Amino acid sequence: MDSFLEEEEEDEEAPTVVVAGKRRRRSHPAAQAALQPPLHLPFPPPQPVSSNEHKLNFKKSKEACLSYIQDALLQKQWKRAAEFLTCYVESLEKDYSREHIGPSEMIWRIGTEILWHHSQSSMKEFNCFMEQMKTLGVKRYLKVCLEHVFHLLCNGQIDEAYQNLSLAESWRFGEQTAIQDKEMKLIQAYRGLLDYYSWSKQKNILLEQGEDGFSDLAVEQEMHGYFRKAAVNLKEIIKIPGVWDIFVKCYVDLLEFYGDHNEARQVLNEYAYNSKFPANPNAHVYLYQFLKRQREPKKSLISALKILHDIVPSHELMIDFNTMLQKSKKRKKRRLGLEVIFAALDYAGWKENAKAWSCLARQVKQIVVSDKHLDWIKQEWNSRKDWWPAFHFSRYLAKRNWQEDKSLSYEKALVAGILLGKGCKYFKYVSHQGCKAQLKRFRMLKKFVNRHNLVYLKISGPPDSSVQP
Amino acid sequence: MKDEILCNFWRCYLQKSKQAYCKRPAPETVKTLSVCESSTDVDSDPERPSLLHLLSLSESEGDLQTDCSFASSVSKVSESTSVYSGSVDGSLYLMKNQKEKLRMTMPMTLSFCYMALLWVREPITLSELLRYVVEGHIPYLNVFQHFPEKMKLCGLDLKIFCVESWPVYEEVFDQMHELAAFLDLPRFPDITESCFLHPDMLCMKYLMEANLPDELHIWTCRVVKKIGIGEVDFLTLVPGNKSTRKVKYDVLAVAVIVVVLKLLFLLDDHYEWLLSEYAEERNKNNTEGGPYFEFKKWYEVVKHSLDVKQKKLDEERAKYLWRCEKPLFYSVKNKSKVLKRRQMVVNLQNQFGKLSGSVQCAEKPNPSSFQLSWSEKNTDGSCFHGHSLKGVLQEKRGLLTAMNPDYWLCTVKLCNEKLCGHLAHYKEVEFPQSYHFVLGLFSFLLRVQPSYIHDEVCMIEHKLFNKKLYKKLKYNTVLRSKKD
Repeated sequence: MDSFLEEEEEDEEAPTVVVAGKRRRRSHPAAQAALQPPLHLPFPPPQPVSSNEHKLNFKKSKEACLSYIQDALLQKQWKRAAEFLTCYVESLEKDYSREHIGPSEMIWRIGTEILWHHSQSSMKEFNCFMEQMKTLGVKRYLKVCLEHVFHLLCNGQIDEAYQNLSLAESWRFGEQTAIQDKEMKLIQAYRGLLDYYSWSKQKNILLEQGEDGFSDLAVEQEMHGYFRKAAVNLKEIIKIPGVWDIFVKCYVDLLEFYGDHNEARQVLNEYAYNSKFPANPNAHVYLYQFLKRQREPKKSLISALKILHDIVPSHELMIDFNTMLQKSKKRKKRRLGLEVIFAALDYAGWKENAKAWSCLARQVKQIVVSDKHLDWIKQEWNSRKDWWPAFHFSRYLAKRNWQEDKSLSYEKALVAGILLGKGCKYFKYVSHQGCKAQLKRFRMLKKFVNRHNLVYLKISGPPDSSVQP
Repeated sequence: MKDEILCNFWRCYLQKSKQAYCKRPAPETVKTLSVCESSTDVDSDPERPSLLHLLSLSESEGDLQTDCSFASSVSKVSESTSVYSGSVDGSLYLMKNQKEKLRMTMPMTLSFCYMALLWVREPITLSELLRYVVEGHIPYLNVFQHFPEKMKLCGLDLKIFCVESWPVYEEVFDQMHELAAFLDLPRFPDITESCFLHPDMLCMKYLMEANLPDELHIWTCRVVKKIGIGEVDFLTLVPGNKSTRKVKYDVLAVAVIVVVLKLLFLLDDHYEWLLSEYAEERNKNNTEGGPYFEFKKWYEVVKHSLDVKQKKLDEERAKYLWRCEKPLFYSVKNKSKVLKRRQMVVNLQNQFGKLSGSVQCAEKPNPSSFQLSWSEKNTDGSCFHGHSLKGVLQEKRGLLTAMNPDYWLCTVKLCNEKLCGHLAHYKEVEFPQSYHFVLGLFSFLLRVQPSYIHDEVCMIEHKLFNKKLYKKLKYNTVLRSKKD
């Protein structure tokens, strides 16, 4: 190769010049034009962006800075994030009015995170920072106030939070006030909430004093004052469609205390049944609890829970629901009860719930003993017979349930024995263990299942429209 | 002496561009541009602004888009009042005909600087100059801080003096040549073999910086001699001469090194590793003299250092602070708002600065010509200067020649530079990784794009293999005509 460098004329001996085979590039069309008639080919597009990489300017530098901050935040490296943020704040001085999220908002959000989590920062610094942020952007003023209040509440500074809320409520800024209407409503609602909190404190004081025998008029007056303030604001926010669980609860509490049950009932009904509000299982729970407190007849309780069952079949109130339904005289209700309890036990969270199993066991036992409505069980079992055995009645679970909770295993064994027959693993193991331990109820269990052994055949027989040979 | 040179250049410029008014304060404020051989002096360089006193009519690239619209609207409103600009005719200057390209800009000041350096044949290349600017050793960003009190900047001057981006090598270089032609300068002082800017010298410098064996220098000299780029006539700048190619000394030297590496190691992602293993084998039996150079070891060491430095550089770029304590504002109305913002920024910086841990900015290190340095005293074997190339050479007819018999050209035919601005188009995926790495190393050292170096490499290769290519093309055309 380097002979080539020494002598110019040695072409014969010089090695071949290899044009990298695979990496051959197409010659530029303009170059080839020399060999062909002129053809006006479009030029290849100019090389994109790469030529700008080294061209560092303000905007790119700040974008890079921002990505470093983002990385640091995601890795919870607060010091490093603070370091880069120090360099980023400069971009406040430049006008970014066309960007979607401007630097002032970035700085607000990032700064909040850093100050909140950094080990060396104090609430004082945090407050100072938030005050600065409030002056930075008029369009976000209320939002910043609200978030500040949340942070104060998280830190337990309720009085400061209240002060901030009052201050924010009295803020007026031309048309911005109208534009930021939603935030204003939220601020009022939270102030109402804090008023409720003060009210409940006063109420507790009053109750204690009442026990001791005095009654302080001043405290009572204060309490009523808080009630009025709270009620107004809470009522307002509940009118707007949304999820306001905490506000509703507090409001209902207030109303109940002062005896306005009608209003409370109306509010709860609105909250649960108004289609404009998003579907919210809690609404039904609150309604049910209220009705229960009011000692409403079973019928209304059941209707309140029915929708809950549809939305959240695994809700913890399903046990109560089933209990009520089982006791009902109407056949349909009892049928529903069975459905409810089976549906609840479909969920993994209920696997070890002895009460649920006892409900099911009771109902199954009752049906078997009365020998009526076996087809109910059949219907319910149909869709479950493929997977419940492995899910609930495996041998491993038998051992575990026996070790951990004997009543649970008792109930489950009863159900297993009925549904799968006395030959099933679960029942065999548990009843064997139970008899070995000489527990009376297990012996009773064994006898019972033996007596009704053929039930499982009827239950898990082929469905009516089966095509099995 | 340098004083006079720059001054003369400046006077010449003003004369040529027919700007009769040159607001020069007393000449004694124009001190020497003390960019001299000992690099420590560059630090104390407040003299630059004195040059800029004279440049009261400069203009900057308008990155400030919103400011632009404001400026143009303002200038329409008040052309003659000096309220919106500190300098008397700032507004007039900005409205001037856009076609006149050689108006003064901040990067243009650097072109002036470089031209003067070239004239004096200072041992500073353009890439080094630009690097000093970025590192802050030469005042460029926020240079108005150094202005005397009576020069108040506001209004449209902001557009001129407010720097929002770093100067780019290509731009400064091209502008320098245009400027030289514009000023009708004669042939520059010769660049001979003893001069720092000669490829041989620069190659040595870059070889040292890239931690390559000194023996490669012999090869680079041979290449330089072969293609004639060491000639005085080639290297010396003759302004106005459009036929000669403009010489970028640093890029040229670096490209020569790349070509030599390709000659010896082929750099096709395959051969160089084989050679490296072969050298390793031979090294085991090697008892006398220095160890043989192993490409693999070199790659590992250099890549590691390069990655570290590159990461640091990227972080520094992200953390760069563009504004200074002295705020600028358009008008008196604007002043209070700007000051308030500035105050807030300073407060926030203080607040978060305290939280950033004990990161204190150390004293700015002195400007240094070398970014990577390798010391032979290191016992971990990370310095390759003294290594011998015998591992990759073989005896042939009494001479040491490269074992590598092949070579691949970066491109078969060069592009027409006038049409698309480049000699060749570089896409990373089309070339071997080793080649890309080598280009990346040198592009980091020079702070230019790899494609820039790639162009030079193509140019050198074409000069080197000129006859071969010519013959091949001729052969092709002969065939073709026979077919027709």
